Order: sequence, then structure tokens, then C-alpha cells
Amino acid sequence: MNSTNGAYDVERIRADFPILASTVYDDHKLVYLDNGASAQKPKAVIESISHTYEAEYANVHRGVHYMSQKATEAMEGAREKARDFLGAAEEREIIFVRGATEGINLVASSWGGSLLGPGDEIVLTVMEHHSNIVPWQLIAERTGAVIRVAPIDDTGDLIMDEFEKLLGPRTKMVAVTHVSNALGTVVDVTAIIRMAHDHGAVTLIDGCQAVPHMAVDVQALDADFYVFSGHKLYGPSGIGVLYGKSDLLDAMPPYQGGGEMINTVSFEGSTWAELPFKFEAGTPHIAGAIGLGAAIDYVTGIGLERIAAHESELLNYATQRLREINSVRLIGTAPDKAAIVSFELDGIHPHDVGTILDREGVAVRTGHHCAQPVMDRFDVAATVRASFGLYNTRDEVDALVASLRRVQEIFGP
Amino acid sequence: MDLRELYQDVIIDHNKNPRNFGRPETCDHEAKGNNPLCGDKVTVYVTVVDNVIEIVQFEARGCAISVASASMMTEMIKGKPLAEARAMFDDFRDVVTRKSDVGPDDLERLDKLAALIGVREFPMRVKCATLPWHTMSAALDQSDDPVTTE
Repeated sequence: MNSTNGAYDVERIRADFPILASTVYDDHKLVYLDNGASAQKPKAVIESISHTYEAEYANVHRGVHYMSQKATEAMEGAREKARDFLGAAEEREIIFVRGATEGINLVASSWGGSLLGPGDEIVLTVMEHHSNIVPWQLIAERTGAVIRVAPIDDTGDLIMDEFEKLLGPRTKMVAVTHVSNALGTVVDVTAIIRMAHDHGAVTLIDGCQAVPHMAVDVQALDADFYVFSGHKLYGPSGIGVLYGKSDLLDAMPPYQGGGEMINTVSFEGSTWAELPFKFEAGTPHIAGAIGLGAAIDYVTGIGLERIAAHESELLNYATQRLREINSVRLIGTAPDKAAIVSFELDGIHPHDVGTILDREGVAVRTGHHCAQPVMDRFDVAATVRASFGLYNTRDEVDALVASLRRVQEIFGP
Repeated sequence: MDLRELYQDVIIDHNKNPRNFGRPETCDHEAKGNNPLCGDKVTVYVTVVDNVIEIVQFEARGCAISVASASMMTEMIKGKPLAEARAMFDDFRDVVTRKSDVGPDDLERLDKLAALIGVREFPMRVKCATLPWHTMSAALDQSDDPVTTE
């Protein structure tokens, strides 16, 4: 593993990811630029999962036996790593969930279900992922709350004045993405949280696209809830984290009922376990949580600042190279961006671009990126999205550009 | 497989210059189709006289495969009896989705639609090619529900 000192050795980092040595179709080197959808896994994560099942596995928080204690220690160790990673005050504020989607649904259902009423307002932005829209729509329908949507400008930046105008005495929840998955825009969540708090609203930040690219400190942000998915952070899928301030989580009713989340159960009534277990009904994704802990170790071992610097350099290079292609229209050109480039190639449907790129070994995402309101905002049905990770290189940007030239060649003038 | 087998010149041509494109002034059958995976949208308009497809036109916003497939479909079924158009759909769908080899007989029968059989090698794209046909079929059935490939 890289130390936090010295030059950023991307080739050494690449050697940590077995899948990156793959060739696809006719001996094309895999150029993996779909990290925004899911990132690849370093050996450290893969081995930690194998090790769990080979050497330290049993159910957690239950058995008095050796293996159960080992597994419990490892899983709770991962919780501590997640706490430290997010800068949370206490481990009990770290709830393991299946992913950001489940985290948002948990808050919408439990917090929203008990605290929202008719006419209360939930403020979102137009660039939210569907997973930060639909759970709020469901709870709004149940409670009579109303959703208000903050607009973005032509670069994909949130229009702060317009956002602020939406805040008022009825604003109860402000749920905003930290980094837009479709556009790459980094949202000034510090300012948003401050404004929301000035109006007495609670905030939820969707950090899925942020945590792989930048250091996050939930206490410095003063976020009330913060969610992210493990699989975008080089960890396993099916595991993620919901951070919540303990006073809010304590006041909320359970989301799901079952084992682990109870204190006592009788048919006259049951009492709930303490945090975080109140929100972790059923046997959790034990190896997944431990694997996520390994992913956090891996990323922090390299250092988020160094990763951010590497990716920012790649983003600038990719933006510059794509601008050399006349028919490319970049979608999302906000001043502060994570390493995501979304674009259209004039007259050629993104799905065709994606198929041709794929046959050249270049994996990108094409489609609406689960952000249809963003597509509508820019009047496109879909875009091509290249999203970079800590292991991508300038050569891979060149491969993307060469493949786009191939698309143009096939589609003719 | 070479990409040129998928994106043959005839497909690129139909995508750039789709035939029978646009909404007719009148029509007696109409259906919308939609592929949520890639956002392809197609509307097919049909007028049938004496069990023969008199007019078939379409509007589409989609990938080259779906637009070219729609364009070629209109050329193939225009002026054909309904039963023949439906049989052509069954045949086309069967060839692009079946696992067994495609022989010279198949290609001859499919005529210009044979240009589309490259999608067999691209499982994600088969739906793009069949969407206009499903939509045409729904138009003939006068189904009010939007067609989806999912």
C-alpha cells in the first residue's frame, strides 16, 4: 500500500486492484471509468472478506463463543473506522445499512414518518439522485408534507439565492447531495446546512459521490444525517453507513423490527435496544461491514487529500481533452467539481457511444444516471458519463478520447 | 465481433435519414413505446385499410439501432396485409433472440432487416431493435397502455 508520503504512485495503486489487469473482448485493456456507479475493490478488501469467512465468522452480538466474539470485535472495529472516517463524535451514531438508499429511506420513514405533518416542507435540489427524491415523495404522500425543489444554473451549480428563498417556517427537512452523480458538481453543503439550521430545519446529506473523493467531517459540517454507500468507496456492495446525530436518532422510532434491535420482547409490548442497534434489525452484512472497514483503511492509507489532488488533475486533463472534440457538449461545468465528466456527442445517442466505447474496452455509464430531473433540466434523454477513481490514469483519459474518435468514425461526418 | 457488423452503413444511413418519419395528418392506430434502460422513445402511427397497412410512420428519440429498426420496419410492412406484418415481427424477434445459428434462409427471408442481426452479439441492444416492432404491434392491438421493454 502507498504511504501518505512521497509522490502519488498510480501504478503501484493499480497493482492493488486485481480486476484492473483484465482484458475485455479482443485483448482490449480494461479502462474502467464507471466509478460513479461502483468502484473496483483492492486486494485488502477482498482478503478481509475472505479472512472473515475463513477465520473469524459467526453471528454477531449474540454468542458467548469464541468466533462470535471475534466477528463482533471485527464488525465493531469497522464501525469505529467509519466513525473516525466521518469525524463523528460517537460510534453509536454510525448505523450500518445496505447502502445510501436504505439510509435515506430509514430517515424519511422513521424521522419523517413521526415528525412531518400536512404542509411541512422538504427541500431538495433538482440534481438529486432518485434515491434522494423518491423516499421523500413516499413520505410526503403519507404525511401530507410538500416537496420544494431548488434549481441549478446552466453550469450545473446550485443557485444559492433560489435555494435560500425556498427556506421558511414550514421547512422541516433539507436533503441535498454533497456531489452530483450526474454532473460532478460539488455542493457547498456547509452553507446549506447553516441556512437550513437558521430556519430550524434538519439536514440530510447524500455523500455517496463525495466520500471517495474528499475528506468529510460531519461535525465540522454540522450535518444532522449523512449517508454513503460502501461499494462506491472501494468496499463491498450491500453495506453503507447512515450517520445521525445521537439526539435525533434517539428520538426516532425503529425503522424495521426484528432481532438485534430489541431490548425486551413480550406480547404486551417490546422495548428497543440502544443505538446503533435500534436501527439494525436482523443479522447484518457482517463480512460487508468488515470489508468496508478495510476499504476505509485503504483509502485513508493513501490519504483523501492526495486522492483528491490526483483526481482533480485527471478531471482537468479529461475536460481539456474532451473540449478538443468539437462535437462534445459537456454537461456539468460548475466551478467546483469532483472527477465526473458527463457529455453528449452531437447527434449520436449515448447508448451507441457506450456500446462502441465498451468494445474498445472503455467502461462508461450511459443513460439518465438515476437523475432524470437533471436530464430534463439540460433537455437531454441521457448522457455519457466518465467517472474517475483513485487508480485512473492520463493514459486512460487518452483511451477514452481515442474511442470517441472511433465513434465519430463509425457514425461518419 | 467487429463494431461495423452492428453499425453497418445501412443502419447509420437509416439513423441519419429515417424513412416514413413524422406524425401523419391522420391515422387510426397509434402507440408509444419506451425503453427505460436507455431512454429510447418511439411512437408508431398506423392506418389500416381492408386489412392492409396503408400508412405506417413513426417518431423516435433514441439510439441508432432503435431508429434504424423503426425506419426499416416501416419500409418492410407498408402495403403488407396485417397478418404478414405480424408474422414478420415474430420472425424478426425470433431470429434476433434465438441462440441457434442464423442461416442463409433466415437472411433471405429477413431481407433488409438482416442488417440488424448484429444485435445478436450485443444482448443489451436487442431490446433497442425490437422496441419499434413491439410498439407497432401494440398500435395494431390499439392497446392504450404504453409499451415498455421492461
